[in-house]
Amino acid sequence: MLTKRIIPCLDVKDGRVVKGVNFVNLRDAGDAVENARFYDKEGADELVFLDITASHEKRKTTIRLANKVAESIFLPFTVGGGISTVDDIRNLLNAGCDKVSINTAAVKRPSFIRESSKRFGSQCIVVAMDARCRVKTKDRQKWEIYINGGRTPTGLDAIQWAKKIESLGSGEILLTSMDYDGTKEGYDIELTRRISESVKIPVIASGGAGNLEHLYEALTDGKADAVLAASIFHFRTYSVGETKAYLKKKGVKVRI
Amino acid sequence: MIVVIDYGMGNLHSVRKALEVVGAGAKVSSSAKDILRADKIVFPGVGSFGEAMKELKKRKLVQPIKDAIAEGKPFLGLCLGLQLLFERSEEAPGVKGLGVLKGEVKRFKLKGLKVPHMGWNSIKNKRSDIFDKVPDNSYMYFVHSYYVKPKDKKVVLSTTSYGIDFASGVCKDNVYAFQFHPEKSQALGLKILKNFVEL
Repeated sequence: MLTKRIIPCLDVKDGRVVKGVNFVNLRDAGDAVENARFYDKEGADELVFLDITASHEKRKTTIRLANKVAESIFLPFTVGGGISTVDDIRNLLNAGCDKVSINTAAVKRPSFIRESSKRFGSQCIVVAMDARCRVKTKDRQKWEIYINGGRTPTGLDAIQWAKKIESLGSGEILLTSMDYDGTKEGYDIELTRRISESVKIPVIASGGAGNLEHLYEALTDGKADAVLAASIFHFRTYSVGETKAYLKKKGVKVRI
Repeated sequence: MIVVIDYGMGNLHSVRKALEVVGAGAKVSSSAKDILRADKIVFPGVGSFGEAMKELKKRKLVQPIKDAIAEGKPFLGLCLGLQLLFERSEEAPGVKGLGVLKGEVKRFKLKGLKVPHMGWNSIKNKRSDIFDKVPDNSYMYFVHSYYVKPKDKKVVLSTTSYGIDFASGVCKDNVYAFQFHPEKSQALGLKILKNFVEL
């Protein structure tokens, strides 16, 4: 049986790992390749590197990083952040990463999803979406998509956008709740469930993990196929191993 | 010499690197000469069946691959490299595959299950040298929307369950092929590659 994936996320800036709290405050949490090796040994199912390097020039450090990671671990990993052209994708895949995650560029030019999934295959195109709750009444809830690292609202409805992403050929959705990201109060279960039920492609839940119960909720009530977390792993609140042991005990199928 | 066939379908860096880690230098090549000279061949690939056959034809690699297999060279197909060994695929109606193995490639049509089948799933192994020290029910990393349906069930080397039980590994004479990615499946995946190298 297919297992649920536990994915540590590493924000990367100039070859170093940092973690954003509510997208603004950053804390240093160490070297990227060392982190990757550590998580590989701990039994992580995949890794995600989010490149938050601002300048295009310095992005080359990320390609070098992907290259080094691919040479040191034999585990699937994704790189995202600032990817806007087919060449960006090609460079990263050639450097050895398995998937790329696109966000702002996908919203600005949806045909980019189609072009890249046609060229490189759906399996390596992840579309990341940052959603914020805009309407919440007793019987209705709506979320809006934001771009540019959560700074710019787009007017796009999250569920409609998820369906569009799927129809354009993306192989997976990385869903971040902006309301919960950095809060450690848990994933947005309602958002995750609604998105996961709206599409047939796998959904990775992200944003808000503070304890292991949160991961459990996202994978069960939230119907996520995978959970992404950063701080709880980086700061060793929990190891990937104990996370999986916890989930297994509660009846979630995980790879141990 | 091990040759990793490069036909423009996906990154071969990790396959080459993984082979190196298990003790075999490999040459990534798209030359028919190299393929015919190789001691062993690895045939990886991700992307679509139709595109891949087009690229193989463009590089004039279809016949050399078939010849190398017919000569009995140990051959390892991975992911799309498994699917291309079959006669045809629902992904590209009308496109002929390599036809080394009889049968077809079908799309997952499963109610309530996500496609692509993506992540870690277990394999039920038959006994084989390629699975030496790879226990039954080992987890391997998969990412695919299509699966192979061999006509001859005897070629099935491992099965995996995702809504249905499908062939995640096949073997016929000198040809081994897997739907999963051993080069991305940590220690047990690397063990399979090592076993292939040592065949």
